[in-house]
Amino acid sequence: MSKSFKIALAGNPNAGKTTLFNRLTGARQHVGNYPGVTVEKKEGIYNSPSGARVNIVDLPGTYSLTAYSVEEVVARDFLVHEKPRVVIDIADASNLERHLYLTCQFLELGVPVVIALNMIDVARDRGIAIETDKLAEMLGVPVIPVSARSGEGVTELMRVVEEVARADKDWQPVHIAYGEDIDNAILEMEERLAARSFLAELYAPRWLALKYLENDEQIVARGRSFAAEHGLAEVAEYLEGKVATVGKHLMATMETYPEAIVADHRYGYIKSILRQGVVTHTYDEDRLYTSDRIDRVLTSRIFGPLIMLAVLLGLYHFTFSYSEVPVGWLESLFGTVSAFLDRHMAEGPLKSLVISGVIDGVGGVMGFVPIIMFMFFGIAILEDTGYLARVAFMMDRVFRIFGLHGSSVMAYIISGGIAGGCAVPGVMATRTLRSPRERMATLLTAPFMNCGAKLPVLALMIGAFFSNNRAQIMFLLTLLAWAVALIVAKFLRLTVLRGEPTPFVMELPPYRFPTFRGLAIHTWEKTWQYIRKAATVILGASILIWATMTFPGLPEAQKAEFQEQRRAVVADYLGSATAADDPGEVEFPPELSAELAAIEAARAEEALLHSLAGRVGSGFEKISWLAGFDWRTNIALVGGFAAKEVIISTLGTAYSLGEVAPEEGDSSLSRTLANDPGWSKIKAFSLILFVMFYSPCFVTVVCIVKEAGSWKWGAFSMAFNTLFAFLLATGVYQLGRALGLGG
Amino acid sequence: MARIMLRDMEKGQAGTITAIKVAGGLGRRVREMGLVPGTTIKIQGRAPLYDPVALRVMGGTLTLRNNEADFIEVEVEDPAAG
Ligand SMILES: Nc1nc2c(ncn2[C@@H]2O[C@H](COP(=O)(O)OP(=O)(O)OP(=O)(O)O)[C@@H](O)[C@H]2O)c(=O)[nH]1
Ligand SMILES: [Mg+2]
Repeated sequence: MSKSFKIALAGNPNAGKTTLFNRLTGARQHVGNYPGVTVEKKEGIYNSPSGARVNIVDLPGTYSLTAYSVEEVVARDFLVHEKPRVVIDIADASNLERHLYLTCQFLELGVPVVIALNMIDVARDRGIAIETDKLAEMLGVPVIPVSARSGEGVTELMRVVEEVARADKDWQPVHIAYGEDIDNAILEMEERLAARSFLAELYAPRWLALKYLENDEQIVARGRSFAAEHGLAEVAEYLEGKVATVGKHLMATMETYPEAIVADHRYGYIKSILRQGVVTHTYDEDRLYTSDRIDRVLTSRIFGPLIMLAVLLGLYHFTFSYSEVPVGWLESLFGTVSAFLDRHMAEGPLKSLVISGVIDGVGGVMGFVPIIMFMFFGIAILEDTGYLARVAFMMDRVFRIFGLHGSSVMAYIISGGIAGGCAVPGVMATRTLRSPRERMATLLTAPFMNCGAKLPVLALMIGAFFSNNRAQIMFLLTLLAWAVALIVAKFLRLTVLRGEPTPFVMELPPYRFPTFRGLAIHTWEKTWQYIRKAATVILGASILIWATMTFPGLPEAQKAEFQEQRRAVVADYLGSATAADDPGEVEFPPELSAELAAIEAARAEEALLHSLAGRVGSGFEKISWLAGFDWRTNIALVGGFAAKEVIISTLGTAYSLGEVAPEEGDSSLSRTLANDPGWSKIKAFSLILFVMFYSPCFVTVVCIVKEAGSWKWGAFSMAFNTLFAFLLATGVYQLGRALGLGG
Repeated sequence: MARIMLRDMEKGQAGTITAIKVAGGLGRRVREMGLVPGTTIKIQGRAPLYDPVALRVMGGTLTLRNNEADFIEVEVEDPAAG
């Protein structure tokens, strides 16, 4: 046989698939103690000691192989269409009975399975012993105890997997008995399916019949389209009719449903195996595990919510107080580089590009890397310990009021619900939500969260205008983001997304100690994403925006006019001053320098206004003044659609291009704005609001379109959010002015 | 011995599921998580707003909303007073 083959890692959510995948392939995929972390399949290569090249696919976790959520479809389609040589079924040894339910379905599908009995360490600690040989014999597939986290048993597992792969047997579906009614129906349907080769290329007849009886929407739909294509409409009709008859009969005789009988019998099959002494408990089975004891406090009525608030607030303090020092280092580093280049580069457009476009633009964004790192480190701890799942549990009642689901919390948090996420993975994380409507409402509102790209803008504005209570304001803005997201979600659920809520049924994973590796991967992954974005999208956007802010340059006549003004001022001074042989070497008195600087500032401003960006910005000023935004801010906000980080870099460029006098050491944008008479607290606040809520960035919109399945939702979120943000900012600004809080 | 709905069970109370009276997405989801007739469960606690409820099932912890628990009938040892 060939030296390379494909295998899949499958199993329930949170069983440890990704942990094993990372161990085997050396990859650094995201692992988290929360069900449903992996939502897309990931591929990697494992080189076995015997020299085989194994292509490993990490599938999203599923509880079943029906097709009711996106992950289930991804996992099942992969198995059926790509037919991996072996499936490693990762089952949690400490929770075996439940995990065997999915195993059962792999066996019924017939794909060659090797069971990796994971978390064997946890089972041992809980006093659970499993007779793996006995289990293997009864299920008819190899069972290998492993601990993906420590690596125990993994070599043996891969040896067995390779053996099974080498044998390369045909698929051998296991038949489970479902009681007379269902079994008879299956036999009858199977015969008919086989006779007409209905969907025969993909599915075995028995399996297909079973899926029809389980009422699997994807299969029923596929059956219909296949029937339409091949003129077999009567077969599809027969199948659906048969299922309906069986259903009616079961309802009449036993008050139950075919799918319920199927599930009952599968569990019956599992119980009959486990009952034969496969699992033994050393301790009392009802014993409270440590995890349950922790929950008694952390989810208790009074302490639960208080601790949750304290944890989130603590995270802010941790992030903002500890990141201050490294942020300062980075700021001064970029300042030094900028000053160095200023001294040593020849005047001209290239210098302007490097200093105003690249360094001020990208540097402004890079300066926030430490904040992002600290924030994600904190979130990683919350996720990896299992606390985030408790947050979903405690918040569900509140979320339901707004037509959402406890798991929406996860999507919000990834999008920046604790500040510093990204709406792109956030939007993707909504896949774990089963109802399309709750999912849509979550993915349309997740971009309201303060993602890592908005964070610098908020931090800048807060630093410049509200520097005395930074952590508190940041916390308030976070609460505001949640409030707005929830209210808008409710609005959507009452209008465009009306409909019933979906089941909350969710697993609470046990508390676990986070691994350092896990935390490091998590933090680094997010930070690197941010840095990479700064170096690519944002660099490009900065340069583009710099160009639109520089060209077209002032017409010669106007340039000459400023030249003339300068010359006149200098001549005036030289004329009145006593002898100076070389005017270039003259030390000008301060008044004269100031006068020259004022002329230079007027020129720079005139030039910026004249540029393409300036014209666009002033064009928008007619409306944007309602919210207090001048043309410079408008340029930044338009640029922000490419990526929100660009707002900072553009403001940086706008102000450094038009800067009055860049004094050494006092050139940070924050100070420039704080000292600018055109800015005030209320203006800053209005801008903060607008930035928080206006159109998601380009990449997020693309992602929304992909996840929502229609470009209309992308267009909707751009238009709706921008309008909403503008109305909000205008309202606040006008109210603030009416109350005399400054122009 | 008495049959009551899961919603009415108290914290710490244990019982055996006798019927799941729901089909569709919820029914499927509940069953695949191991809530089928014959499974023993124990109420582990409730969220601060009394909803959802956390159950101990087959060595793991599941959470359900009260209105979902309404479809699950359980046989308990000593009926909850009131
Ligand atoms: N104690 C212990 N913990 C483990 C073991 N394997 C994985 N874990 C932990 O279990 C949690 C889930 O691991 P993941 O690898 O993210 O699980 P997954 O199956 O990929 O989960 P989804 O992507 O959500 O389907 C993480 O907190 C891991 O650290 C193990 O063998 N022992
Ligand atoms: Mg995973």
